[in-house]
Amino acid sequence: MFQITAEPLESLSPPGGQSHVGGIVEFIGLVRDLNEGREVSLLEYEVYEALAVKEGERILTEAGAKFPIEAAWCVHRVGRLEIGDLAIRVRVAAGHRAEAFDACRFIVDEVKSRVPIWKKEHYRDGDSGWIGVEEPRA
Amino acid sequence: MRVQIRYFASLREKRAVSEESRETKSATPEELYRELQEAFGLPLPWACLRVAVNGEFAEGGRLLQDGDEVTFIPPVAGG
Repeated sequence: MFQITAEPLESLSPPGGQSHVGGIVEFIGLVRDLNEGREVSLLEYEVYEALAVKEGERILTEAGAKFPIEAAWCVHRVGRLEIGDLAIRVRVAAGHRAEAFDACRFIVDEVKSRVPIWKKEHYRDGDSGWIGVEEPRA
Repeated sequence: MRVQIRYFASLREKRAVSEESRETKSATPEELYRELQEAFGLPLPWACLRVAVNGEFAEGGRLLQDGDEVTFIPPVAGG
């Protein structure tokens, strides 16, 4: 299940486990106070929600086809986030740890590169800017 | 033909609207983007964008139809 929410992620409960799950890996992405040497004061995430949910679900389906996992869940927060806030949670349950780690990393990497979510950084010096705009599409 | 255009992130800020309806003779999303760049000075080069038509990713060379919703997708930065 892939979700977008403007609410804090700490309180969300992922879907329940299954009896053949031997390990769960969860990646938690937080808002950091420093990016490329600049002091960040807050972030704004913007989303094209309908397409983001479709693309996010596709990524979870791909992870399920590529790795022998039991369940995958991802939630991304949008709106204004402060330093230390949770921006993304990715949780994978599998029979064994190796595939849980591998699938979790795959999902995080794909979400960052494919899901239509944008990040604007506001800096302590008053400047701000959208991230990723200088990188041409591969 | 008339199309609906949606903008996000730096494109939305530059255009100062999140969507608009526009009469155009552009046949494809790529032509439409070049027309909008000329009209509004949109900041991103076509080569770094993806495009969605009617809520699904599409090729820049797809033929547009009257009533299509076209969304230009700047480089993403989730996570």
